[in-house]
Amino acid sequence: MIVRSGSCTVLIGVILFLVCASGCVSQANGVPDEHTSEESRIVQGRVLIASYGCGTCHAIPGIPGADAMAAPPLDRFYQRTYIAGMLPNTYENLARWIQDPQAIIPGNAMPNLGVTETEANQIVDYLLHQPTVKDLLLP
Amino acid sequence: MNMPVSQNPKTIRIVPLLLLVMSSACAVVPISPNNTPSALNPQGPGAMHVADLWWFMFGIGSLIFLLVIGLLVAALLRGQCGTSLTPPEMDSEAGRRWLVWGGIVLPFVVLVLVFGGTIATLVAISSLQNNPQAKIQVIARRWWWEVKYPDQGIVTANEIHIPVGVPVQIQLESADVIHSLWIPNLHGKMDVIPSRINTITLQADHIGVYRGECAEFCGLQHAHMGLMAVAESSEDYSKWLDAQQKNAVFPTTDLIAQGQQVFLKTGCANCHTVRGLDDSSVDASDVDLGPDLTHFYSRQTLAGASLTMSRGNLAGWIIDAQHVKPGSLMPNMSPDAPDLQALLAYLETLR
Repeated sequence: MIVRSGSCTVLIGVILFLVCASGCVSQANGVPDEHTSEESRIVQGRVLIASYGCGTCHAIPGIPGADAMAAPPLDRFYQRTYIAGMLPNTYENLARWIQDPQAIIPGNAMPNLGVTETEANQIVDYLLHQPTVKDLLLP
Repeated sequence: MNMPVSQNPKTIRIVPLLLLVMSSACAVVPISPNNTPSALNPQGPGAMHVADLWWFMFGIGSLIFLLVIGLLVAALLRGQCGTSLTPPEMDSEAGRRWLVWGGIVLPFVVLVLVFGGTIATLVAISSLQNNPQAKIQVIARRWWWEVKYPDQGIVTANEIHIPVGVPVQIQLESADVIHSLWIPNLHGKMDVIPSRINTITLQADHIGVYRGECAEFCGLQHAHMGLMAVAESSEDYSKWLDAQQKNAVFPTTDLIAQGQQVFLKTGCANCHTVRGLDDSSVDASDVDLGPDLTHFYSRQTLAGASLTMSRGNLAGWIIDAQHVKPGSLMPNMSPDAPDLQALLAYLETLR
């Protein structure tokens, strides 16, 4: 009898703790934070995509709120054959396009955003290796 | 007797209590870092009073919580963990005492304390309204905030600039339904009621940018109706006032001039004012369906603080506003792509 009531008290304590602690778990959501994310180029590319606002026109997996359809979706970009319907989809071409789309097709709808070469490379790293949304949602 | 822990009932009793203390401490831990829009991170006297009241109520709530849990644990342990399991004798007099003290007297005392604290906070907040250094009109619209400085003739949107360390009076009006302005770091919520002017006194004690929100459900895009309160030094503030009083700059390049023509011929000027931009066909100097764009690109955000100000976000907002904020009054515009580039170049000169 003593054994059962003792473990019962422990159980109640654990349940109480779990109930109280569940209220404390803070969820990280929204735009990825530059300072806490690991210093990999892919992660950096993701931060840049969020801060340049690419997701206001493009649907890009893994970027919070990037579900627009005003411009072509960028999911599985590594399977794309041409960039903007004319440039072969290579690493260098994609970086060039992101930096200066107006030089490649003057007057096209994609604006020059002032992306530097390093930043463009990091964005390309993300686009060509983008994980699925499911991967990113898992901690 | 095969579980070793059971040999010491006292240890068993301590475990849940320890867990309880740990878990209640956990509730206090997430104190916000600086500038997080949290009422627990007060940056001005108004919010300070609200935070004091919050902590006061939190203290009372914690005491009651601990009391109730203590009684619960005592009840659970009573007659168990080593002592007899025979139920204690019924004592109806004791039961009645618990009811009277715990069910009537205690709630009465608690409610009086909370009520008194609330009244004291309200009095303290209303006594802040002394000698405001600036008067700002904030008009809640569908779903953005129009901001006017009547003394300086300034009209802007979704951004309030205030000098740091001095009280500023905000007059709140609504152009449509009931909204509520809440800048958690600086002040409590204040409802914005149609055909009535509510006033609050804002004061920020530290330089910074504090986010505000609409805190009363007002329609589809209620959740995307934010604004930024920028508290700056008095020099920066007067510099800002001077800059905002000026008319929009005149186009300096062909591309920008083309953008200005796009602005006029696409119909932007039917809803948006650009002071200084007059055209024979459209007078773009006095319309208020959309935000005043005279110094648009000097703001930190666009679309009711739902996007940060950047060329990418601006382009997306112009061509697909109904995706960013479905139901907003801004229609999707689809100028020819070269015209879009010119329009972007023009809008970026409106600083």
